[in-house]
Amino acid sequence: MGTPTTQRTIKLEVFRYRPEEEDEPTFQTYEVPYREDWVVLDALNHIKDTVDGTLSYRWSCRMGVCGSCGMMVNGYPKLTCAAFLRDYYPNAIRVEPLVNFPVERDLVINMDDFMRKLKAVKPWIIRKKEQPLAEGEYRQTPAELAQYKQFSMCINCMLCYSACPVVGREEGFIGPAVLALGQRYNLDSRDQGRAQRQETIFGHEGIWECTFVGECSTVCPKDVDPAGAIQMAKVQGAMEYMKTLLPWGQRS
Amino acid sequence: MKPPLNRNMGSTWWLSRGAYFLIMLRELSAVFIAAYLVFFLICLYKVGQGPEAYGAYLRFLWSPGMILFHLVALAFALLHMVTWFNATPKAVRVWRGEERVPPALMIGPNYAVWAVITAFIIWVVLK
Ligand code: SF4
Ligand code: FES
Repeated sequence: MGTPTTQRTIKLEVFRYRPEEEDEPTFQTYEVPYREDWVVLDALNHIKDTVDGTLSYRWSCRMGVCGSCGMMVNGYPKLTCAAFLRDYYPNAIRVEPLVNFPVERDLVINMDDFMRKLKAVKPWIIRKKEQPLAEGEYRQTPAELAQYKQFSMCINCMLCYSACPVVGREEGFIGPAVLALGQRYNLDSRDQGRAQRQETIFGHEGIWECTFVGECSTVCPKDVDPAGAIQMAKVQGAMEYMKTLLPWGQRS
Repeated sequence: MKPPLNRNMGSTWWLSRGAYFLIMLRELSAVFIAAYLVFFLICLYKVGQGPEAYGAYLRFLWSPGMILFHLVALAFALLHMVTWFNATPKAVRVWRGEERVPPALMIGPNYAVWAVITAFIIWVVLK
C-alpha cells in the first residue's frame, strides 16, 4: 500500500441553499482528499465531519438500498453512495440536489408530491375479499413471480424523476417509478385491485403523458426499467380500449 | 417559512444531454415523414392527371433540393424505425415459464419483416 508522499485532492462544487440567509442558491467549492475507494457520499461526509458542519443532505445505508442519497452528479442523477470519485478524478465534481423537485435546503429536496403520487397508485395487494387466515397464504408460482419481479426492485430513489423531462414540464404526471410500481401490483397474480389503480395509471396524468424518452430506465440503479413498464401498460391500455369498440366488447 | 426553491428542467432541457437531443430528433422525424407522404400523395394525384403532369412532377422530384429532402427524410425514417423496433421487447414481454424471451429474439423479426418488404419494393421498382 505505502503512504503517498503528497496527498492527492479533488474539488467538489456543492450546491448550497440556506433559505433563511439567501434567496438564490450558490456553489461552494470544497477540496477533499482523493481516495480511490471513496464515493461522492464519502466526500460529502468528510466535508460535513471536518470542514463544514452546516452542509445538509440525506443518506442512510451507504450501499444502494435505502434510496435516500440521490443527487445530481455533474448533471446526472446518481446514487452518491455508488458514484466513485475515481470516475471523475482529476476533474472537479459538481453536486446538486435532484432536479424536478423543490429544494428545501442545500442538497435536500422536498418529496411530498412524490409521496402523494406513490400513495395514489395504491402500492399494496388489494383483494376483493380477504380470505380468512385459516385458509393460509396466497400462493404464487415462480413463473407468476417472474412477471412482476423486476418492477418490484424499486428503492424509491427518485433518480428517474430527475431524468424525465415530462416530469419537469407536467406537474401532474404520475411519473416513472410510481407507474412501474402500479404495474408491479397489476401484474401480481395475488392482486385484484387493478380497477382501483385504473385512473392513476391509465388516466390523463398517467402513462399517456409519457413520450418514451427512456432516460428513466438509463439512470435507474436497480434496473427496474420504468420506461418498459409504461410502454407495456400502453399496449395493454390500447388493447383494452380496442376491445370496447367491438360490438360484443364490454364497456366499463 | 419560505416555500422550497423550484428547480425544474428549463425549456432548453433537450440541449443538455445527447440522449435528450436524439429524442427531439425522433419527435421531429414525424414532420419529415408527414412531408414525404404529402409529396408522395401529390405524385399519385399527378399519375391520375396523365403522363405529362406526371413527367413534370418527376423532373421536380429529381431536383437537387428534393433529392436532399428525401435523403434527410430517409435518415429520419430510419431513426424512427430503429427506436421503435428496439422498443418492442419493452412493450411486449413474452415469457417462457420463468424466463423472459430474450429481447434480441423479439427485435429480430421486426428487421426481418422490414428487410423482406424493402427487398420486395426494390424488386418491383427495378423490374
Ligand atoms: S424506478 Fe429506479 S430510478 Fe426510479 S425510483 Fe425506482 S429505483 Fe429509483
Ligand atoms: S445511502 Fe442508501 S442508497 Fe445511497
